[in-house]
Amino acid sequence: MADEIKKAPAPLKVTIDNITVEVPAGTTILKAARQIGGEVTPPAMCYYSKLEGSGGKCRTCLVEVAAGSTADPRPMPKLVASCRTNVMDGMVVKNITSERVQEARAGVVEFLLLNHPLDCPVCDQAGECHLQDLGYQHGKEGTRYQFERRTFEKEDIGPKIQLHMNRCILCYRCTYVADQLTDCRVHGVLDRGDHANISTHISKAIDSNFSGNMIDVCPVGALTDKTFRFKNRVWFTKPVDAHRDCPECCGKVTLWQRGDEVLRVTARKDEWGEIQSYDGKPGWICNTCRFEKKAAADWVIEGPTVVNRHSVISQGHYQGMQMPKETIQDVMSGLNPRLLMDIHDISEVNKIELSQLPGAATSANYKNESTKSE
Amino acid sequence: MQLTPRAKPVDRSPMTFLESLYLWNIIKGMGITIKHMFLKKATIQYPEEKRPFSPVFRGLHVLNRDAEGRENCTACGLCAVACPAEAITMEAAERLPGEEKLYREEKYAAKYEINMLRCIFCGFCEEACPKDAVYLSQTFAPANYARNGFIYGKHELLIPHPIEQPEAYQKALGDRQPSSQNVNQPIA
Repeated sequence: MADEIKKAPAPLKVTIDNITVEVPAGTTILKAARQIGGEVTPPAMCYYSKLEGSGGKCRTCLVEVAAGSTADPRPMPKLVASCRTNVMDGMVVKNITSERVQEARAGVVEFLLLNHPLDCPVCDQAGECHLQDLGYQHGKEGTRYQFERRTFEKEDIGPKIQLHMNRCILCYRCTYVADQLTDCRVHGVLDRGDHANISTHISKAIDSNFSGNMIDVCPVGALTDKTFRFKNRVWFTKPVDAHRDCPECCGKVTLWQRGDEVLRVTARKDEWGEIQSYDGKPGWICNTCRFEKKAAADWVIEGPTVVNRHSVISQGHYQGMQMPKETIQDVMSGLNPRLLMDIHDISEVNKIELSQLPGAATSANYKNESTKSE
Repeated sequence: MQLTPRAKPVDRSPMTFLESLYLWNIIKGMGITIKHMFLKKATIQYPEEKRPFSPVFRGLHVLNRDAEGRENCTACGLCAVACPAEAITMEAAERLPGEEKLYREEKYAAKYEINMLRCIFCGFCEEACPKDAVYLSQTFAPANYARNGFIYGKHELLIPHPIEQPEAYQKALGDRQPSSQNVNQPIA
């Protein structure tokens, strides 16, 4: 009997949305679905494969188990959280093929949006927000909620990270980052129930060198980069892959540029919106790379980041475009055409080096500029 | 060869003396000319007199304020991303304490520019705007000799303050309803 347990367990066969896949024992349904990939994969707001213990909080990854296993083929009576349920041999899972799941997930999205402020026009996460995507996917971008939303007092948790507690959906990912990546955890979830909120204990500033990664793991705009605050919308910046020799981290990042200015530095994301792994190790980046290196000269640029063409970030990024040959010089025997107006001389935008500002631009930055037009 | 049943062969017989005077034809032609002197004129005296625009006319952009005179725009960039001509640019800034009467939300457009040379007046920006902050009015961009006069900044686009300049505000508003206080469009 004991010998049987020690033997390497045979791979389990699991069928997700009529696609059968073989996975090792101990794999969760979500991981098996990710192995298939595509639309079959349930969305996850709280589960993060690189953070131990995450998952089981948001309920967006609910799936229907139509048959428990070959040994016991009875269906599970309730929908289960796929990030916390391990597969069994012969399990039949329904995700997009089940109407029950779609309906339940739409309900979950509405609940997540219950107290979430609909301030996407202001929020820096808009365009790369998982909750925004999820809301639109399920047609729940509106709200039926007519009461005052739960709000928290604004809290300053340091000069680099902006906390908007009102936008938090309590996925706990950032606390796992604080727990598992930083030496001393100074931030966590305080209070209970409706009052639960992410906070630093006794308003301690987050000064660990890997604390910036909680910005990347945050699925909503609750934790955002203060050095990028209101600088630009993500879809107007152009993401490029870059690296540098960093003594502390892997140094592989995505730069979000505007012209040659580096407005923001983030870790590279994979297709699930999680931080990419290199040789099995998650590519967390340190705060020096994220917040201090805001010049293109600090980085070795590899090339444009591949952005899904359905993402708003790919809007207006004319990748692979071939510029037609300019023939005027040939025809005019080497003369340049007379430029009737250079937009950069007249335009009043792009006069301030936004990447050099430590935080959001304010009216003080524009004081000298504003008199010009009047 | 008869091509169609309606084809009429040209009468090439020589004119009679009466016909060669062209008298009847001149009277006929002058009749038409004189008739038009008494008909309603098709033209108007433009700068003094203006034609009414259709209610769906899409003209010059206006940056809207709410009833308290605060700017609606939060520089969300949806107008610029919707713009097929890429005519709109903006720069956002954070509202400081004490500026609550100027801007409605914590973020506002410090710079907002529309290149009227690029703009095709399609109205997508108005459709995209979640804050009722930009709309197309019923006037068009006035002519200008220089191109740089067509780069419209906030100075040119912003609607007059409804409390400080109520008359100018009403004139700019036209037939539109003033922007309501709680334009909280559901955008998840």
